[in-house]
Amino acid sequence: MTDILNALVTLANYVIVPATAYGAQLALGALGVTLIYGILRFSNFAHGDTMAFGTMVTILVTWGLQAAGITLGPLPTALLALPFGIAATALLLLLTDRAVYRFYRRQRAKPIIFLIASMGIMFVLNGVVRIIIGVDDQYFADGERFLISVRTFRDLTGLEEGLAIRSTQALTVVVAVIAVAALFWFLNRTRTGKSMRAYSDNEDLALLSGIDPERVVRITWLIVAALATIAGVLYGLDKSFKPGTYFQLLLPIFASAIVGGLGSPVGAILGGFVVAFSEVGVTYAFRRVVGYLGPADWQPEGLLQLLSTDYKFAVSFAILLIVLLFRPTGIMKGKAL
Amino acid sequence: MSSARAPLLFAFIALLIVGTGMLQSWSTALTVLNMGLISAIMALGVNLQWGVAGLFNVGVMGFVALGGLAAVLIGMPPVSEAWAAGGLRILAGLAIAAGAIAAGVIAWKRLPATAWRGVAVAAILVAGLLAYRAVMLPGVAAVEAVNPSVAGYLGGLGLPVILAWPVGGLLAAGAAWVIGKTALGLRSDYLAIATLGIAEIVIAVLKNEDWLARGVKNVNGLPRPVPYEIDLQNSSGFINFAHGIGLDPVTASSLAVKLSYLGLFAVVLAVLLWLSQMALSSPWGRMMRAIRDNETAAAAMGKNVTARHLQVFILGSAVCGIAGAMMTTLDGQLVPSSYQPLRFTFLVWVMVIVGGSGNNWGAVAGGILVWWLWVEVEPIGAALMRLATSGLGEGSALRDHLLGSTPYMRELTMGLVLLLVLRFSPRGLLPER
Repeated sequence: MTDILNALVTLANYVIVPATAYGAQLALGALGVTLIYGILRFSNFAHGDTMAFGTMVTILVTWGLQAAGITLGPLPTALLALPFGIAATALLLLLTDRAVYRFYRRQRAKPIIFLIASMGIMFVLNGVVRIIIGVDDQYFADGERFLISVRTFRDLTGLEEGLAIRSTQALTVVVAVIAVAALFWFLNRTRTGKSMRAYSDNEDLALLSGIDPERVVRITWLIVAALATIAGVLYGLDKSFKPGTYFQLLLPIFASAIVGGLGSPVGAILGGFVVAFSEVGVTYAFRRVVGYLGPADWQPEGLLQLLSTDYKFAVSFAILLIVLLFRPTGIMKGKAL
Repeated sequence: MSSARAPLLFAFIALLIVGTGMLQSWSTALTVLNMGLISAIMALGVNLQWGVAGLFNVGVMGFVALGGLAAVLIGMPPVSEAWAAGGLRILAGLAIAAGAIAAGVIAWKRLPATAWRGVAVAAILVAGLLAYRAVMLPGVAAVEAVNPSVAGYLGGLGLPVILAWPVGGLLAAGAAWVIGKTALGLRSDYLAIATLGIAEIVIAVLKNEDWLARGVKNVNGLPRPVPYEIDLQNSSGFINFAHGIGLDPVTASSLAVKLSYLGLFAVVLAVLLWLSQMALSSPWGRMMRAIRDNETAAAAMGKNVTARHLQVFILGSAVCGIAGAMMTTLDGQLVPSSYQPLRFTFLVWVMVIVGGSGNNWGAVAGGILVWWLWVEVEPIGAALMRLATSGLGEGSALRDHLLGSTPYMRELTMGLVLLLVLRFSPRGLLPER
């Protein structure tokens, strides 16, 4: 019995807890991508760098607050700085929309032109973030480090294996749940949210019923700014902030959005967790877990690791390919043609 | 569009290069021009896919890196101890993996579509994976243990490195075939994401499979298709020649090496450009443009859209692979960690858009021009920044930070250039006729 518990705890410690936190971060990122796809109808390549921009502003404000002696006690100060990050990102996204995307919207340009324009914005943001904060790793998590540490858990349960839950991981899940609940409440219950869904479902019909498209677009950018900044800050708190890593998050985020079905918010969340759990599960060495489940004093020979962690991109990619080949619309029937 | 536009643009580019030579140094100018020609070839490849056929490939980096791998696999001498230690095991492992995948695909196609089909295919793939690991891993460990500080990999074939250029094209074409088979025929955004992914995977393989090309330990000292500077400096004929034109032998040898590369690259570029132009004006080119402009109409005329897309995707990727092999040959080393998507994928896209999608001459002009800008933005940006911050005074922290971040002016500038061209001259500097 204790062996099974030990196996479960090991699994939870190395797979379930990290993958849940990572899945929540991916889900928030994928929600942003999927909203832009649903309303503005293009794949936004600048999303990773938007996340990096929001996180950068949050970090700068966090440093300012810390220097002024303001902290949140056990919680990271970054939470206090988050609204500033969201506001700055919102301003930035509205500005890019006004300066770049609106022109192509009026021209009714093809989605691929929007995509290329988003590549340009990606370059610009990439440069801006690196000029302001540099390319190095930044750690900005402060406050309590662990919700439960390995030692506390062992003392509590008397098990051989420990389970550590870092406060950033718990925080990620809590904040993500709040953000998603707020988003769904907004989309399903408010007049503006309903007009957004109507616009996403059928643009012409929405226009006929008097919905102002520019307003819908503006609100979409505001929501995307909030989602992207929250996702970026949570990822940065959980791991670290590095502009290059944020760019590379584009692939798992897009994989999540496509797996869930582009344009479907529920799908984006599902997709985020599917990608995160596969990525962590496939690259984890199951040796110890299986060791507990097998006969006593026995350990499997190999590491029981399917792929080395360096190939985590390959996992997002493989999931993407499988979905594209067998169910091109994604789990939740997105907008694929 | 006036016919004088292209000659004027190329004259302007020549002026930029000559200006660089006069103001900085001729060595810098030639370095920029050499990489510019390689960039032009990459841009030709992307232009073939995007400009001619409308395919959105953001995996250029992967194909370029495969070309670089070809330079190692062809040019480096074989490491015979490593081959003896585990070469056959590795080959057998790769054969098992390929066989398992092929068997899985065949089973999927041949078996009746019941629930058992999925189980059978999964069983074949899992069995294949286990057999592959059992055969491959000991071989990899043995190979990587052979003299790891200088070798630890299988080495290449020891052939003249120039052969790597076509082979790089073939490697890239093979990868493109696999991707195209799966991702083409779906919507364009999906091809974009799929190619973005495959490029990252290619780089991950290069970084981690040490038996193949030493991973992050890099392969240095690739053989050259041109003479070494030191040999030139030791040859009395060259020294006399250098004195004859009034240069010291060291400078002259460096210039001579760069000029020989320039000649080789120019020949490759000329051949590829000629082929691209012939293809564009042939019935095949007309068909490709018809497919690009209206897939449904072209399909109704009996054109096999998916097959043509696959064809042009493979051709364009092969061109990128050739350019990648040339670049690694020029560098003389393969450094997997130097492959960044911004530099090797998205910058090439800026070149194509700026030059003019659909116009081969435009792609060439865009390649050289944007590369020149990419290199020169840094010194220009640093000078401007020094001027702009001169009011802050020496030793100001903000000034030091701003001066230290001038390298990233490149990304900013490229983004602005792309956005400005896309907005005000969406068809590029040399529009398609």
